[in-house]
Formats: sequence, structure tokens, C-alpha cells
Amino acid sequence: MPKITFIQPDGTEQTVEIAIGWSVMEGAVRSLVPGIDADCGGACACATCHVYVDPAWTKALPARSEMEETMLDFAQDARPNSRLSCQLRVTSDMDGLVVRVPSSQH
Amino acid sequence: MPEQIVIIGAGQAGVQAVQSLRAEGYTGAITMIGDEAYPPYQRPPLSKAYLLGSFARERLFLKPDAFYREAGCELILNTAVTAIDRAAKKVALNDGRTLAYDKLLLATGTRVRKLSCPGAGLPGIHHLRDIADVDGLQDVFKAGTRIAIVGGGYIGLEVAAVGAKRGLDVTVFETADRLMARAVSKPVSEFFADEHAKAGVKLNLSTSVEAFEGKEKIEGIRAGGKVCPADLVLVGIGVVPNDMLARESGLPFQDGIIVDQNAMTADPSVFAAGDCTRHVGREGVEIRLECVQNAIDQAKHAALAMLGRPKTYSEVPWFWSDQYDLKLQIAGLARPTDQLVLRGDPASRKFAVFHLRDGAVAAVEAVNAAPEYLIGRKMIADGAKVAPETLADISIPMKQIAQG
Repeated sequence: MPKITFIQPDGTEQTVEIAIGWSVMEGAVRSLVPGIDADCGGACACATCHVYVDPAWTKALPARSEMEETMLDFAQDARPNSRLSCQLRVTSDMDGLVVRVPSSQH
Repeated sequence: MPEQIVIIGAGQAGVQAVQSLRAEGYTGAITMIGDEAYPPYQRPPLSKAYLLGSFARERLFLKPDAFYREAGCELILNTAVTAIDRAAKKVALNDGRTLAYDKLLLATGTRVRKLSCPGAGLPGIHHLRDIADVDGLQDVFKAGTRIAIVGGGYIGLEVAAVGAKRGLDVTVFETADRLMARAVSKPVSEFFADEHAKAGVKLNLSTSVEAFEGKEKIEGIRAGGKVCPADLVLVGIGVVPNDMLARESGLPFQDGIIVDQNAMTADPSVFAAGDCTRHVGREGVEIRLECVQNAIDQAKHAALAMLGRPKTYSEVPWFWSDQYDLKLQIAGLARPTDQLVLRGDPASRKFAVFHLRDGAVAAVEAVNAAPEYLIGRKMIADGAKVAPETLADISIPMKQIAQG
């Protein structure tokens, strides 16, 4: 299973294995990664699973959908490398992906 | 601060309350009691991806088991609460135990409404509410099977869409003269009727079911004076709130447990959240909402209120439905007197219907139109006013419209 690393604002790292086809959010929730609240359970309705993708990885990921794009407009402190982890579907190419968790989801 | 919080109901509202209580610093005991075999799970995928077979059961669960351990939440499953003794602040379980509480949260949800017409007890008549229902339906949900769906609402139409995709012969019966009449405006009803017809679903509007026919199992459905043969029936005619425990304990109810804007019942030690409640909504009208949004937001407010920090619940309700490749997203509560503004062409399968009230956006129904939905939702929350001709002009992006 691809391994994905979550880095907390204080620098703590946690690497979790996520099944192909699951979302990065689902994997984070399953492994109790702090700061991925995912209030809406993946409906792309709450922007509480916001992450910053490591700059080395931004180009390797599929582009944001219009939905995700609009949702990120409402997220706090969105940046060019912001993604909603519920919209990132894990593929074998994503093994080694690194994402940072923002200091607040609200 | 309370020391013992008991949550009746292990669904979306219950698990949100656990999460919010801990996030807000509550350190006392939490016990959550559910009458199903499973820990809290997402219901929306049941009639969509889970029925389609593209979503493993494991993915339905809202939290892993470790969440409950780490949160110090005792999860009692397969167990029903039989009574609430509000004077003694205790609940009785059907396994003989009693549990004491300082604060009690009722997150009991709903149960399906059933038909009582002749033949309603025949084998082969299904409902769809929980994992077990879908697992039972799955065994007979096969290509070529003739399924009769009673009810042209969200559940009935989502099952119709999955059925058509999986090669079943699908017929829908709806009493009203249009689909999803309770939830959407006429243009959206008509759009979805066309889409279902194109997928081969046979729609019978303004048609009430009179009886189910069959000797040992379902063989047909009598509706509108005719018998339509069927191997399988799905009844999706809405739900009723599980408010019996509250009723029997003397709490006010009226098609739902009555709560105030802090999710508190008439008893300051008893709170309620989610589909089982009736509250005065942000527009000042009493309402019972059946949706994930209300479960999440009302549970958050209940958690705050239980900890003595009440905050008025006034979030904009939102809903969604997936049928075929169409994502229908709705925010706000429409009224028949609203002015409707169509943005985009339904023929392009990407459009929105806005509801204006006194010049302000009151509700939006969006089909494959995320900006319209999301920005519309924000405009509703802000009470933003907008000219109908501006909204109808798709050459002006939603972002620009929101900026006024």
C-alpha cells in the first residue's frame, strides 16, 4: 500500500499506509492523524480536511476539480499547494507523498 | 462541568458529539449506545456507491475503533435503551443495565415509514435505511430483475439510478405529480425525470400504490388501477423520527423531539441532535431536518451547550444526492412563494436554480455546478441581495456575483 506522510504544524511526522482507491482523508481519519477533521465525511462540503502538498509533489497530483477549487476559496489560509484530502484518490504513483496539516481547519 | 455524558444513538450526530466534547476539553466519561451491530457509519453512500458495489463496507465507518478507545468513549452496540428516568437521571438498557448521566444526548435518528396497504408484509418488499437493509437487497439486486420502487424521492431515485446502471428493469411509482417534490423546484424535478427516462427507468407520476400482489412472495404491484409485475419492491416513502423515548419520559415532541436553538430539550439535562429533533430554524420557522449537515452542526451545538457554553444554532442547511453522473446539491430552505432564477441551461446538464426572497438568496439547487452551490450557500448565510438578471447571466462568474 502507498505510504503517505503527514507533517503537523509542530513538525511531528506520521507515515500511514493507505489503500489504493481510498482518499488521503479516509486514510488519515483511519489512522487518527490529528488535524484532519473531515466533518462532512468526504462530501467535499466542509473544507476541514485541508492539507498543503509538499512542493515536490504538487505537479504529480491530478488537478483540482471545480468543486475543490471553489471549496478551497473558503478554506482558511489556502495557498497554491492547498488540496482537500478527501478529493485526493490514492494511486500507486502517490507512494511517498508528503502533506502538511494546517494549524487550524476552521 | 458534567462528569457522565450518555449518548443514545450511534450515528452521525452521536459521533460528532463525542468528537466535539473532547475537542472542547470535556474530560469526563462518555457512553454511546447504538441498537445496530456497527459503530457509527455514513448512511448517504448506502443508496449510492455502496449499493452499486463500488464502496467497501469498511469505508462506511466514520471513525476507526481506535478513535473510541482514544476518546475514552464506551461504545455499547446491539443494545437498545428501553426507558429514560429523568428524575433519577438514569437510562435503562434492554440488557438489564442502567446507566446514570449528568447530561444526556438523544441522537436516535429516524426509522423508515412503511406502507400498510394489502400485501405490505409479503417477502421481497425492501426498505433502505441501514447496512443490513442494503446487504439484504444486494442479494436480489441482479441484472434483469424487475424492481418496482415506491416513492420518487432521494432514496427511490438513487436506487433507480443504481438499478438502471446495474441492468435491472426499473419502474418508479410516485404519488405526487413530480419527482422529489418535497425537496426541489419544478425545473429540477423535470430535469431529473428526463434523465431517468433516458436511462430507461419507467416513471409513473400521480400514481398511488393500492396493493402488493403475490402468493408467497411479491409478484406485482397494483397502482393506478393496473398491476405491474415485479420481482422485487423497494419502498422509499420517507422516515419518521425516533422520538418514543423522549415522549415516554414526558419531554415535548411533535413529529420530533422539540429542542431550542442550543439543542436543549425542555429538560436542561437532556439534549437532542440530528434527524430526531424539531427546532426553530434560522428563518424562525419550526422544522425537522433530515440531513448530515443538521446532524453534524446540531451535535456540535449540543456539545457546547452540555458543557455550559451554548451558542445559537443558525447554520444554513445543505443536502445532496447523486444520481448517475449528476451531483445535485442544495443549500437553504425554499418556499413556494420564492422567485425562481435559472442560471445555465439544463440541457447542458450543468445549471442551478436560485430562490430569491425579498431580493436575497434564500436557497439554491445546483446540478453539477459547484460554484453556484458553494457560493450560493455563502450568500444565503450572509443574506446577500442580488439582481435576478445578474444571477441568470452565466457570463458573470459566481465569484464576481458574490462580491456584489
